[in-house]
Amino acid sequence: MSEPKKAVALISGGLDSMLAAKVIMEQGIQVEGINFFTGFCVEGHTHAIRKKDKNKQKRNNALWSAEQLGIKLHIVDIIDEYKDVLINPKHGYGAHMNPCLDCKIFMVNKAKQWIQENGFDFIITGEVIGQRPMSQRRETMPVVAAESGADDLLLRPLCARNLPMTLPEREGWVDREKLYDFSGRSRKPQMALAEAFGFEDYAQPAGGCCFLTDEHYSTKLVDLWQARGKKEYDLDDVMLLKVGRHIRPKKNFKLIVAREEGEARFMQGYKNHFINMNCASHRGPLVLIDGEPSGEDLILAGQITARYGQGRDAEEVTLQIREKDKPERLITVKPLSADEMPEEWFV
Amino acid sequence: MMQETLDARRLLCPMPVIRTQDKVKKLTTGDELTVICTDPGVMQDIPAWCRINGHRVKECREQDGEYIIVLEVG
Repeated sequence: MSEPKKAVALISGGLDSMLAAKVIMEQGIQVEGINFFTGFCVEGHTHAIRKKDKNKQKRNNALWSAEQLGIKLHIVDIIDEYKDVLINPKHGYGAHMNPCLDCKIFMVNKAKQWIQENGFDFIITGEVIGQRPMSQRRETMPVVAAESGADDLLLRPLCARNLPMTLPEREGWVDREKLYDFSGRSRKPQMALAEAFGFEDYAQPAGGCCFLTDEHYSTKLVDLWQARGKKEYDLDDVMLLKVGRHIRPKKNFKLIVAREEGEARFMQGYKNHFINMNCASHRGPLVLIDGEPSGEDLILAGQITARYGQGRDAEEVTLQIREKDKPERLITVKPLSADEMPEEWFV
Repeated sequence: MMQETLDARRLLCPMPVIRTQDKVKKLTTGDELTVICTDPGVMQDIPAWCRINGHRVKECREQDGEYIIVLEVG
């Protein structure tokens, strides 16, 4: 008797990837999940940071999906390798800084490497022609298969019958007749299939799991690159773009102002890496300074910081400034008024 | 049996899970790993990861603002 065939499913945590894995499991294939962490994933991070989100569900949806399916999940850190995808996307960006097509090609390519290393036979994704994000179009489906190198080892069970036969179908490992022909943006077929499988609770919506699809986040990322004069970032940048109010009064520095207690607590962890300040004479937020401000710039930063504290209407506010390798010092400034804060400073 | 500790403080999920996963790969059945974290999300995520991958959570507690999970490698 031949060995049972094995497939790895790209599990995002959304409904479609969960359904795709289940459809193939139903055909007797052994499925394990793989989830790639780019650093830009939405769930968890901001909820963990913000105090107002303290009571929100903090589960990792990919892990949760795998548990519902009863499969193993391999989470892969691709933060460093992903930089090249984001910085130089061959197929360009979506509506914001989301390189969805390049991202999909990259992830399927990583999955291809993984099945080769781990003795698996093919790859499953939850892609559906016509669904968001932009990588899921009829003309991009073959591009993903070809450029990832997965070719006919890539099976999309939810729309397979709208696509050419893949190796698992040709070899009879899976029955094409038991695959689906979903297309378009409607979620109804997926919801009906979820019901048929008895999935009552699942994450929605599909494709909304990446910060790069967020307009405000993308604006802050572009601002960071413009200020540095090059497209570079590290994980700390990725994290800090998710928190605080970002104010750039000059090209050479910006302030990250904690908006609430949870953000302030999170930003405390960065105090040793950034110049930072807070009001000493009044209550006020923790502020990190990113960049290379001059002494004069720090006075301006102090005036802005003072504006966000309870001393905003005072004549004078005293601030504590902490700079790397220097003793902590105090400065006294007059807070800026609202009129003195041009709109273009707010990133 | 080996007893190891993993410092995952300041990391936000899923990084503590990824670090746990990578550390467990180097351990063998019966070894014990203590993971120390600051992201409360680990209280859900690490036990979920253990359940689906066949490891046993022996202890899961909050102590002085930190989250400590002790697991036995399956």
